[in-house]
Amino acid sequence: MDKSETQSSNSGLAGAMEWIDKRFPASETFEYHMSRYYAPKNFNFWYYFGFLAMFVLVNQLVTGVWLTMNYVPSGDGAFASVEYIMRDVEYGWLMRYLHSTGASFFFVVIYLHMYRALRYGSYRGPRELLWLIGMAIFVALMAEGFFGYLLPWGNMSYWGAQVIVSLVGAIPYVGPDLMEWVRGDFLMSETTLNRFFALHVVALPLVLCILIFVHIVALHHVGSNNPDGIEIKKNKDENGVPRDGIPFHPYYTVHDIHAMVVFLFIFCAVVFFAPEMGGYFLEKPNFEMADPLKTPEHIAPVWYYTPFYAMLRAATFPLFGLSAKFWGLVIMAGAIIIPAALPWLDRSPVKSMRYKGSISRMMLTLFVISFFILGYLGTQAPSKAGTIAAQVCTAIYFAYFILMPWYTRVEQTQPEPERVTV
Amino acid sequence: MKKILLTLLVTLPVAAWSASASNWPMEEFDGDLQNLPSLQNGFKLYANYCIGCHGLQFQRYERTADDLGIPHDLALKNLIFTDQKIGDLMTTSMPKEASKAWFGAAPPDLTMVTRVRNPDWVYNYLKTFYVDDSRPLGVNNKVFANVGMPNVLLDLQGVQREVCTDGVCDQLALEAGSGAMSAEEFDSAIYDLTNFLYYVSEPARLERQRTGVFVLLFLIILGSFTYLLNREYWKDIEH
Repeated sequence: MDKSETQSSNSGLAGAMEWIDKRFPASETFEYHMSRYYAPKNFNFWYYFGFLAMFVLVNQLVTGVWLTMNYVPSGDGAFASVEYIMRDVEYGWLMRYLHSTGASFFFVVIYLHMYRALRYGSYRGPRELLWLIGMAIFVALMAEGFFGYLLPWGNMSYWGAQVIVSLVGAIPYVGPDLMEWVRGDFLMSETTLNRFFALHVVALPLVLCILIFVHIVALHHVGSNNPDGIEIKKNKDENGVPRDGIPFHPYYTVHDIHAMVVFLFIFCAVVFFAPEMGGYFLEKPNFEMADPLKTPEHIAPVWYYTPFYAMLRAATFPLFGLSAKFWGLVIMAGAIIIPAALPWLDRSPVKSMRYKGSISRMMLTLFVISFFILGYLGTQAPSKAGTIAAQVCTAIYFAYFILMPWYTRVEQTQPEPERVTV
Repeated sequence: MKKILLTLLVTLPVAAWSASASNWPMEEFDGDLQNLPSLQNGFKLYANYCIGCHGLQFQRYERTADDLGIPHDLALKNLIFTDQKIGDLMTTSMPKEASKAWFGAAPPDLTMVTRVRNPDWVYNYLKTFYVDDSRPLGVNNKVFANVGMPNVLLDLQGVQREVCTDGVCDQLALEAGSGAMSAEEFDSAIYDLTNFLYYVSEPARLERQRTGVFVLLFLIILGSFTYLLNREYWKDIEH
């Protein structure tokens, strides 16, 4: 027997790894995705949120499993079972607050993650598919949050879901039947609760996990963008390693681990000291059980939907014989989906905001401001001034996208650097 | 008659239009969950004056007794007037259907009243019942206008009436000596009762905050190590 062969098969860990690698591409996969995945070395603050989104996903999955162990998806039992978790289950309050706070933070990190893409042109070729998969994740996440919000069976859960489901009823001809089909009943009921539960704990988490897996496969195939918006793969050394790239592991793993701890500090500060977040993360009427006879004074969705909710309410007049509510639905759905067209709307010769012209910068700034204003307006009861403000902001929101092919072409851009700037 | 009225409660000059119930100037309530005597007294008041109609259907006697430092046998003897066991939920024995017929609406469960409203609201609500002969039960409330609840704490507080100047009724005055408690004693009793409800709305609150301090301290220590780890790896990279 050859000496080296004896050694390798005998030496503990390495031997075990060899045994596995012959049967499963463990080392190969790790190298492809981690230790030999070359990421640009100039990542900045905005590049933490993809990892943090996955971290929050894990939090939601783990706490969700534990909540499911004691949650009862029934009209009589749902609300009481949540309070049972809060009072009688050991550390049930912690699981519940981690989950409810996690939902809000999921959207915080996703919105920041998406902003990063707008800022540095991460949606541009060759990353169009990566962006589309990301958009699918965003839509799935919104659905996941919506279904989950009904489960505590509080009064805001009930009426919030009622308002959103009733939007389906605004579709001409098929609306009312479709609405009944979605609810499975003539009004929001235990049947609706049961199907939302099934979708929230089985169907959508599965969809999300698959989409996120595909998102990462696509990312590692095309490579990460960076704040300069230039391709590091264009400049490789003699070994085929990008000169401006560094192995994801260990450099970005240690980076992300530290970011995770900083994130956890903020997250835990909310979980342990302000889980209601002044009524924004847990709304006051939701501490009262769902009551079909008692409408809350002011129905508002949770904060992460409010920008889109404000756009829905901004449609105040009927058009072409179709109701204002229907057009509101069209605007809201359009607002959610339109970012998917970005790879084809952006005609700029450069990707990053660093080298784009002043119109692009101004439009992005206005877009962000209008998104914040819409978010605020969505939490408020409707008012005349509020509606006008929402209409203006909705126009700005859409103008950012629709005018993009024009303003990205006419503006003066700056030349991109050859190598990433550090 | 007016001469024997003593203006005892807080008054505030408010505009004429703001005399409606929702504009009652709220006194601030500052809960203290470490004040066990207060919480115990609140529990006692709740058991004697409230639980007959308002249940705390999500909270258990045992948890409450344990958190408030009350021995089980003492709780069973002095605070549980039905045949309920220590591990039972603190439900009311008043049948829902009957109470609906009596009051027009069933008295709400109060487990989370301080979270649905807020503790300030409860504290002020309990103090602002006043005589109003136009109402079916002869009482009205400054914080919750036209409330359907009788003034169950009348014996303790005494008779309270509206004081109107120029048609603006923005003050309440107490008939001296009409209640078993002085105004200060009553305020303190209502503080204890509100404090108890504040506790019941989230019994894990103290544990949550205590745990939170350790979690954040741990994260600071962990964070300083992850910072150093990151710096160690990145010192060779030009960035």
